[in-house]
Amino acid sequence: MKILVCISHVPDTTSKINFTDGDTKFDTNGVQYVINPNDEFGLTRAMWFKEKQGAQVTVVNVGGPETEPTLRKALAIGADAAIRVNTEAKDGFQVAKELANVVSDGGFDLVIAGRESIDYNGGMVPGMIAALTNANFVTNCISLEVDGTNATAIREIDGGKETVATSLPLVIGGQKGLVEESDLRIPNMRGIMMARKKPLSVVEPINATAETNSVKFEKPVPKGAVTLVDADNLDELINLLHNEAKAI
Amino acid sequence: MSVLVYTESEQGKFKKTAFEVASYAKAVADQMGTTVTAITINAADTSELGNYGVDKVLNVSNGDLDKFNANAYASAIAQAAKKEEAKVVVVSSSADSKYLAPILAIGLEAGYASNVVAVPSSTSPFTVKRSAFTNKAFNMTTIDTDIKIVGVSKNAFGLVESSGSVSSEDFSPTLPSLGVTVQSVDKATDKVTIADAEIVVSAGRGLKGPENWGMIEELAEVLGAATACSKPVSDLGWRPHSEHVGQTGKPVAANLYIAIGISGAIQHLAGINSSKIKVVINTDPEAPFFKAADYGVVGDAFEVVPALIEKLKAFKAQNA
Repeated sequence: MKILVCISHVPDTTSKINFTDGDTKFDTNGVQYVINPNDEFGLTRAMWFKEKQGAQVTVVNVGGPETEPTLRKALAIGADAAIRVNTEAKDGFQVAKELANVVSDGGFDLVIAGRESIDYNGGMVPGMIAALTNANFVTNCISLEVDGTNATAIREIDGGKETVATSLPLVIGGQKGLVEESDLRIPNMRGIMMARKKPLSVVEPINATAETNSVKFEKPVPKGAVTLVDADNLDELINLLHNEAKAI
Repeated sequence: MSVLVYTESEQGKFKKTAFEVASYAKAVADQMGTTVTAITINAADTSELGNYGVDKVLNVSNGDLDKFNANAYASAIAQAAKKEEAKVVVVSSSADSKYLAPILAIGLEAGYASNVVAVPSSTSPFTVKRSAFTNKAFNMTTIDTDIKIVGVSKNAFGLVESSGSVSSEDFSPTLPSLGVTVQSVDKATDKVTIADAEIVVSAGRGLKGPENWGMIEELAEVLGAATACSKPVSDLGWRPHSEHVGQTGKPVAANLYIAIGISGAIQHLAGINSSKIKVVINTDPEAPFFKAADYGVVGDAFEVVPALIEKLKAFKAQNA
């Protein structure tokens, strides 16, 4: 089985979000970048398929040279090879189209992406790759088993979960649950050394065009001060929630 | 030319989000000087949609669609959009709608913006405000394709009633191969889900252990709320992952979010930020959550929560 894990290079979850250039660009100053958490759960599941079922695992990212440390980290975790599509990621459609091209070129049977990135939160790349490559698709995926060309997955639905049967070629939108938090791997020294020797190929884009365009960013309006209620006066809390906030 | 909206139902009954996306579609249609057509799949009674501005319903009744399938549903909506020559298609942010929207976007060669929080600020260029960076910022985005798909964030627009009559016609799209078949669904039917809840009661490590969740469940029951938890609590296995809310868990966009014994890490706050009213109960007055909250009680959850339950019961009895 040939697995492609899509890796989004995103600001660490603790990052302060600021903008520059008249609020048109994300301010990367002092920001640490990580593998998108939803993608990391998928990568870790891919490692399981590699170790238990002999799968080959390639990671891919669409972006400039600055995203290579994130791909190297994925190699240090255990992926066999990395691909960087050498173009700026503009929107979900453009990224999906570039990735679909990589999928078709490489003949991948299973594509694992995160259900969404934690920066753009578009939640559209995996579904678009599936539609563009005529693959089956399961998103919000919290469990995946593959047996030959048959696959069983569990997806989270609003208020529960659903078990589905499908087959390869398959695209997954993964999230926590695909593996547990405690299964995530921190690269060790041997992994980091080996990652330096693993192939990271830079491929030129097919120059897909974006369908949407980010014009400007805004930060939420700062919140007013909290109204504190004494722990001995909970009637007041109920009164405020009922009459002022109209929430109960 | 009408605005097409996919109004979701479950076991024949419309979800609340169906009325919200219908209200949104009506607002967009007014901006563009056109009408609203809804597509429903196996909904029992479509007349209710008239109360939220829908002019016409394309009613799909097909036993093969009893269980959700993203390919088939996306295909049905795409065929409806073509039939209506819709330039704007509106969907919700439910798990199912977010699942089908990217497939629909490719099918219609349409640009798709998800997590949209307001009506378009302009329809030419078509510009929408969407939340990004897990609610830590908003992004004004244009959709530059001929057909546009808008995914409306839950509770961002609300329900807007408008009286009017609705016409209904049967619609029989041709279905593609399913590709994915549902084997079983595991869903508690007696519990309010985080996705649908108006009120969410959430608790963190301050509760000290899973055995202490009885009072959280009781508080939720009194309020008709869903229960949720912080990331450490789900990582420790005290509560199921499905209750984890925050940046890597579920987003919460409730009317009222009550956080008990949760300090308010930035990742947690990001996930619950789009909730309207936030109440924090915590022993530590320095907990960062107080800065993000509307109302706060500094106190021991083991004293405050039982007292609050009693007082709420009395309040409910009085206001019943």
